[in-house]
Amino acid sequence: MSEYNGEIRKMMIILSKASIENVYAAFVLTNGARMEGIEAEMFFTFFGLEALHNKKMEHLHVATVGNPAMHMPTMIGGLPGMEAFATHMMKKEMEKLDMPGVHEFLDILKASGVKLWACKLAMDMFHFTKEDMYADIDGIITVGDFYKYSTGIGTHMLFI
Amino acid sequence: MEKTIANKTITVNEEGYLTNFAEWNKEVGEALAKENHIDLTNKHWQVIDYIQDEFKKESPLSIRKIGKSGVVDIKEFYSLFPSGPLKTATKIAGVPKPASCI
Repeated sequence: MSEYNGEIRKMMIILSKASIENVYAAFVLTNGARMEGIEAEMFFTFFGLEALHNKKMEHLHVATVGNPAMHMPTMIGGLPGMEAFATHMMKKEMEKLDMPGVHEFLDILKASGVKLWACKLAMDMFHFTKEDMYADIDGIITVGDFYKYSTGIGTHMLFI
Repeated sequence: MEKTIANKTITVNEEGYLTNFAEWNKEVGEALAKENHIDLTNKHWQVIDYIQDEFKKESPLSIRKIGKSGVVDIKEFYSLFPSGPLKTATKIAGVPKPASCI
């Protein structure tokens, strides 16, 4: 008889987007899992890879177009400088909350025991190499590998 | 609710956190650590001292802040207090559970 009570034991978090709100949502959920004693691994795929890319990670933006929560007309959101302005405002707010920058957040996740995986297919598609990426990633893997690492009772998977 | 630990009656909330820091002493801390399967070393005590100092200063705690404390780095913090370090360390230190998400 299994004594599993339904608790979450491991979170597998897939990040497929590069807008700042999605990246931070993924980071906070991952870090929050570790803070609760839950194991956590992240899989960076498609645009999510930008959060691992050395030259791009500190230049992520908030989406001002196609984002209804910005409460601005799409035409306005598309004006030059609008995205930079909204990003600047959001970063200022995050700083007040003691939110680290992307690189420091990755350091915190690694120090907390999180595994960081880059998607092989997406790496090939964007012509990224391992040298382009955050130095401490755990590897470049396939979807199949990721599923294999997800084995275990109490594992949950989240796609962002 | 009341709880007797290390020959002392303390008041704790439903999660086991002390509701009155004045009821904490080192023996209570030792006993709470034992309940959480942790043998306290010197390093643990340094972290507990730091957490209590921050609590007295009413300065909110986060993992990031612990990492910048100069007392312990994040990796070591996780190895000292496995399975939820901030939660466990604050419980042993007799201070409220931090409301922080980072």
